Amino acid sequence: MLGRTLQEVSAALKQGQITPTELCQKCLSLIKKTKFLNAYITVSEEVALKQAEESEKRYKNGQSLGDLDGIPIAVKDNFSTSGIETTCASNMLKGYIPPYNATVVQKLLDQGALLMGKTNLDEFAMGSGSTDGIFGPVKNPWSYSKQYREKRKQNPHSKNEDSDWLITGGSSGGSAAAVSAFTCYAALGSDTGGSTRNPAAHCGLVGFKPSYGLVSRHGLIPLVNSMDVPGILTRCVDDAAIVLGALAGPDPKDSTTVHDPINKPFMLPSLADVSKLCIGIPKEYLIPELSSEVRSLWSKAADLFESEGAKVLEVSLPHTSYSIVCYHVLCTSEVASNMARFDGLQYGHRCDINVSTEAMYAATRREGFNDVVRGRILSGNFFLLKENYENYFVKAQKVRRLIANDFVNAFNSGVDVLLTPTTLSEAVPYLEFIKEDNRTRSAQDDIFTQAVNMAGLPAVSIPVALSNQGLPIGLQFIGRAFCDQQLLTVARWFEKQVQFPVIQLQELMDDCSAVLENEKSASVSLKQ
Amino acid sequence: MAAPMLRWVGRGRLWTFARVDGGSCHRREAPTGSTSNWIRGQSSVAQQPLYTTQKPRKGEHKWAAVVGLEIHAQISSNSKLFSGSQVRFSAPPNSLVSFFDASLPGTLPVLNRRCVEAAVMTGLALNCHINKKSLFDRKHYFYADLPAGYQITQQRLPIAVNGSLTYGVCAGKKQSQVIPKTVRIKQIQLEQDSGKSLHDDLRSQTLIDLNRAEGQLRVDANISVHHPGEPLGVRTEVKNLNSIRFLAKAIDYEIQRQINELENGGEILNETRSFHYQLGCTMSMRDKEGKQDYRFMPEPNLPPLVLYDATSLPAGADPQQVINIDQIRETLPELPSVTRERLVQQYGMLLEHSFTLLNEVGLLEFFQNVIKETRAEPKKVTSWVLNTFLGYLKQQNLAVSERCGSDVYTEESKCSDSEQPFMDALTVCDVNVFSLLGAASPVTPSALAELLDLLDSRTISSAAAKEVFEELWKREGKTPGQIVSEKQLELMEDRGALEQLCHSMMEAHPQVVMDLKKGNPRAINKLIGLVRKATQSRADPAMIKEILEKKLSS
Repeated sequence: MLGRTLQEVSAALKQGQITPTELCQKCLSLIKKTKFLNAYITVSEEVALKQAEESEKRYKNGQSLGDLDGIPIAVKDNFSTSGIETTCASNMLKGYIPPYNATVVQKLLDQGALLMGKTNLDEFAMGSGSTDGIFGPVKNPWSYSKQYREKRKQNPHSKNEDSDWLITGGSSGGSAAAVSAFTCYAALGSDTGGSTRNPAAHCGLVGFKPSYGLVSRHGLIPLVNSMDVPGILTRCVDDAAIVLGALAGPDPKDSTTVHDPINKPFMLPSLADVSKLCIGIPKEYLIPELSSEVRSLWSKAADLFESEGAKVLEVSLPHTSYSIVCYHVLCTSEVASNMARFDGLQYGHRCDINVSTEAMYAATRREGFNDVVRGRILSGNFFLLKENYENYFVKAQKVRRLIANDFVNAFNSGVDVLLTPTTLSEAVPYLEFIKEDNRTRSAQDDIFTQAVNMAGLPAVSIPVALSNQGLPIGLQFIGRAFCDQQLLTVARWFEKQVQFPVIQLQELMDDCSAVLENEKSASVSLKQ
Repeated sequence: MAAPMLRWVGRGRLWTFARVDGGSCHRREAPTGSTSNWIRGQSSVAQQPLYTTQKPRKGEHKWAAVVGLEIHAQISSNSKLFSGSQVRFSAPPNSLVSFFDASLPGTLPVLNRRCVEAAVMTGLALNCHINKKSLFDRKHYFYADLPAGYQITQQRLPIAVNGSLTYGVCAGKKQSQVIPKTVRIKQIQLEQDSGKSLHDDLRSQTLIDLNRAEGQLRVDANISVHHPGEPLGVRTEVKNLNSIRFLAKAIDYEIQRQINELENGGEILNETRSFHYQLGCTMSMRDKEGKQDYRFMPEPNLPPLVLYDATSLPAGADPQQVINIDQIRETLPELPSVTRERLVQQYGMLLEHSFTLLNEVGLLEFFQNVIKETRAEPKKVTSWVLNTFLGYLKQQNLAVSERCGSDVYTEESKCSDSEQPFMDALTVCDVNVFSLLGAASPVTPSALAELLDLLDSRTISSAAAKEVFEELWKREGKTPGQIVSEKQLELMEDRGALEQLCHSMMEAHPQVVMDLKKGNPRAINKLIGLVRKATQSRADPAMIKEILEKKLSS
């Protein structure tokens, strides 16, 4: 049951094959078993069990709230959850308990979903590895998969396995690990420069970033307001569509949400024929740093569309190479501004120094933020200085417009969806990853993803195949603004073609065989 | 967050000064024709003795001062500019604070429609160009009562620009002549107010109230001096002036200080200063970091504010979702300048009288209601309303009507403002009642109208009318007619009786009659007075005089 998709387990709940409480307990038990993954910062066991109990009553009374009723979900720890600690993996917010729910959290709860807990991340979502939070790095469940372990045994150079675990990618690595390790059926991430799609690619999941303005940001503790979007991590595209259906829509508390651009309920039409489809391949995304395996899978994917009758075009996004620098300027500037509220006065961490208010601010912020956050605040404030504003911020905004126009031009040339890699390569071991600093890593890892955030477009990473090392590789589809439905429809067609294998975690969970024994589906293809 | 604020930036108030050699005292030149850009605001009338008239001596160097005002006015709205929490005067501290007002992480601003309408209306009233598209910005600085670390304002593209306001300045020998002047308005912007800090030096504590603004008006004055024809001088900014009187004092002081400084070889620093209410001087606020860089940035959570007019309004637009400038223009009340014009035209009133009528809340309405109900001449009504009625009100600190009671504004309200961190809040300011306090006037328009009718029909004398008015003020619920008959204040219409009285008075005072006959015409006044006294002021002095003269000449 745990290995099933959200859609499948929802059907099982409706048919009474399992009760919400049973499902919740199974997930809780697995969360405990996989604690070493460090996917969760807070496990909201009591809340989840209470919600399960209420859901169970509804099912008994035939008053199910819909597909999400009784479904265990997890939420990245940068979404405000009423009464549940929300830390952003930062000392600054350790112990902070919000008095309200983020709109997306509230919507999931209103649909009857069970909140299993808050997931780990890079501090304030600044990172691409989920390695830079105060609660420590998240471990990629694929490190312990049968697929990866067997490949490693074949490699005579592999050393001590236990210290060789892989990163999840990030910054929503906790959410990705939680879904990937079967501890929940869907998780919320946030996506500012690729933070949902990147870990999805590394953990073999569907990672969806909706159009900016489609889903409310109210309650999401911001990284970059003009780029942040709540992201969805699931095991398949249909599940992402179900969650999006629950989340999409205008929110009076978020003035940047758009009024009704999309029909609800959010249903994906089945796509039998791709011959009317035009897929664009941005030539600028073919860069030397791209691993040969990813490159080859990208190329195969294009071939697949072509062989099934779709038109595949090479397109140009000429300003791509300026994107990451531009992203850096805009991101750090907004970060500098957004982080200004963390002064130790009203909530969160406060230092012991009380010589003066200024000294208190300084010490609080020094103690509360890690080097990455402080570094971004510093550069952001530099870019916003009166003397620098025109040369940096304004120029970056102009470049941002050019980048957005690149996409518009590509779509206006007849392309329906763009196909690109999500990451340069598969997930790397932690020890490898930390050889470079956070800034370098982020610049490398966001290379294919952040331009989409600058343009506000919907994008989804779909797991395609396993690498030679037995690790997942994902590819990204990018759609027109507010054509999320079309994007997901194409992604689902593609997903059906590639039949990505399910993670095999039996070895890892030998000691919890009791949980998995009944779950034959865990080793059965998700796509049946 | 924050009580919604409108910020007006006015500029171009120019002052000219005469320079006096070497002395420590620099007197302001009188408003003679030779200094055409000399403007004297009504607001600085109280300062007049400081600058006695003195003509510049030969060879003296003139100073010109440039003053720009940044006026923060609170919008009268039920909820805050960016949150749904209420705005209410004198609510308990922190009782009207939403999650957004407290800057909890993840909260977002939502623009209050009513505040936008108020801003548009203000812009129209001040002859501004209304920008169909305006933007919001973040202005960053760390302060305890600014929980987000930035303030949302409209720096780059505000809602209204390039306006003007015409106002009157008292001039002339008796300061009674009103000269119309025009001030240019650079921009009007919507701005979130910061919170309020109360500094408790004894306990080394600062208390923060995030209900926000209670002061309805707050002004920052930018002041510089230069020699005409030369580039503008370095300016200083005097922050947080909260009454017209203090504003004028601060400006006058600062201009004088800058002139003194420059003439003694010093230099003016571009700095923020505060005005010390008790000492009447400005002092440097000594920002530790020196000049602030506010690191302005577009507010990413608020889309551009788009306004429409009849021509640009999209077809089928939801009226709840759009703001139509033309519609707001239609609801604009008659503006004060138009009203004043009308009063002058319609009632032959002096311009300065029209100013007084409009400056006191409710007074114009009172005046118009009296006019409606009385047969008396408008000039008579004006005189009674402005002299007698207003005099009584001021003497007893009363408002024209009850409604005004809620508009009470004291200078205490913003005294411990955020920008005065090192002063003791309680000693900085004297509580200065700015508006007329308390209960409403006991005299209704109808009562005054009836009284004026009695006067007009010569039923009573002016003196008797004053007496009736005083009775009315006692709130005993009697009409003027009742008072007149109870007190027998009617004019003596019986000529025979009056002749009799005059005759006996002349007989009783032969000495006075002798004086008169000897050729001292003023002696008649004594007789008139005696007769009036005998009639308890009920007789018309003109008639007494006529009878007396007749009798004397016969």
